[in-house]
Amino acid sequence: MNPRRDSLPWAAANTPGTHPGLPPRAGVGLKPAHVQAILEGAPDLGFFEVHAENYLVAGGPMHADLARIAKRYPLSIHGVGLSIGGADPLDPDHLHALRGLLDCYQPALFSEHLAWSTHGGVFWNDLLPVPYDRATLNRVCAHLDQVQETLGRRILLENPATYVEFADSTLSEAAFITELVARTGCGLLLDVNNAYVSCINHGRDVLAYLAALPLAQVGEVHLAGFHRDTDSSGDPLLIDSHGSAVDEAVWSLYAWTLARIGPQPTLIEWDNDLPVFDRLHAEARRADRLLMGLEAGLETAGDTARRISA
Amino acid sequence: MSGPAAWCAALLDPDREVPPGLSTWNGSDPAQRFTVYRNNVTVSLMEALAETFPVCQAMVGAPHFRDLARAFVRRHPPRSPVLARYGHGFADFIAECTLAAPWPYLPDLARLELACLDALHAADAQPLDPDALAAALGRPETLPSLRLGLHPSLATLGSPYAVVSLWAAHQGDGPAPAVNPDRPEQAWVLRRGRAVLVLPMSGGDCRFVRALQVGATLGEATATAAAAASDEDADAAGGFDLTRCLAVLLREQVLTGIT
Repeated sequence: MNPRRDSLPWAAANTPGTHPGLPPRAGVGLKPAHVQAILEGAPDLGFFEVHAENYLVAGGPMHADLARIAKRYPLSIHGVGLSIGGADPLDPDHLHALRGLLDCYQPALFSEHLAWSTHGGVFWNDLLPVPYDRATLNRVCAHLDQVQETLGRRILLENPATYVEFADSTLSEAAFITELVARTGCGLLLDVNNAYVSCINHGRDVLAYLAALPLAQVGEVHLAGFHRDTDSSGDPLLIDSHGSAVDEAVWSLYAWTLARIGPQPTLIEWDNDLPVFDRLHAEARRADRLLMGLEAGLETAGDTARRISA
Repeated sequence: MSGPAAWCAALLDPDREVPPGLSTWNGSDPAQRFTVYRNNVTVSLMEALAETFPVCQAMVGAPHFRDLARAFVRRHPPRSPVLARYGHGFADFIAECTLAAPWPYLPDLARLELACLDALHAADAQPLDPDALAAALGRPETLPSLRLGLHPSLATLGSPYAVVSLWAAHQGDGPAPAVNPDRPEQAWVLRRGRAVLVLPMSGGDCRFVRALQVGATLGEATATAAAAASDEDADAAGGFDLTRCLAVLLREQVLTGIT
């Protein structure tokens, strides 16, 4: 089954870059420890993002807080447990629980990962890598079709951070992602940190990798910090740790990417060794400066074009 | 074994060979790189347990808790991506685990901490309308046949050990006061507003709530709790006290209906 993009019910309503309610601004992950500071300080942020699985509980302060935040800010919900890359069928109960969560909060975006996390009924709580071959591609596409149908919306799929490759892979990661985006009509959540981490870890040219992705289908960007390690050959092995500030190399790649795709909603992910909210907000402001500078730059270019044409 | 099955077998077992078919761009050892995944899985799940059971961790110390958590993770990895549910089973595991033998009260302390987490995430419910309560109290002769609706967060816990005092001793910022663990205690666990409360109650009071939760009328639950309390050796909290129970249910706004 290869439905044409424009025949998918969610394709028209969710054109890349024009998600209703999610502005091309910087947002941050919502942490319970920060909720009070956010409600009191009303920081100027484009949106908040939460991990879906943290909110698959019946009630209590998690939902009370999210409801208050969602009244004031656009919301993005990011799944970490669907196991779209898994060999097993998707968990229908989990999928329906997600549908209920999305119906409840009506987030501007829902995204998931190109990874697996459940097998044989066990949830491994990590984003495990998939081989890039035809059989896996077909399975991931079928899972994406099922997810988008059940959730009734287009989703974004995030490029992974990986530490090993599979000898049996027959496609490059970028070719794999390009084809699944084309076949399913899903969008791309471009995690620039993951791109950098994976390219360093696998000796790839990161600019060539980014250029080979379906950049026109990017609907959100993620930025995060990594941890630096070394492999047994002494080469750098970067760990996608979400526990520090965004690296300068990733900021540079982000600026390079924005120059090609225009301003996009951009999330600062900082999940471990959580800083005070102001420090997190400072990272978001840096992303905002790049986003707004780009907008100013585009206006200038537009003015110039108009002057020339006049 | 290949594919994800080989991954799963190797993720929790550091003695097992890494899955076949891994490659690296520079010829470096894939086993060392696979360790990143092993660490992510094991450490993140151990951290999830440490977040759910902070008082257990404080009682046994971080190194011992890590040993218990690692053993549990390897034996009982989660079955759901909703990690708020992970940890059900931890108390039963440590009750059987020789690593936890020096702390006989630890399983019940874990049950209490899990009850707190469950209360935190339990469904919301509106407290009983005061007019409905007044109407019921205006017809005292019907009271024994009424059924009380209780807030979904309300749970009971009893132990031959002083786990309620142990828990309470670790709620402040300062050093925990010493507690003699060798006396029985019972508590109601509930959520009021945003806060989870652990209220010391008698064993009879706990039986009263459990009877109501399975659909007993007020009269039946009172009889059950009173009979049970007199059977017990009239514990220190003074057995069953209906007035106290009703006062606490009202005060903490966990009475949600009268039918």
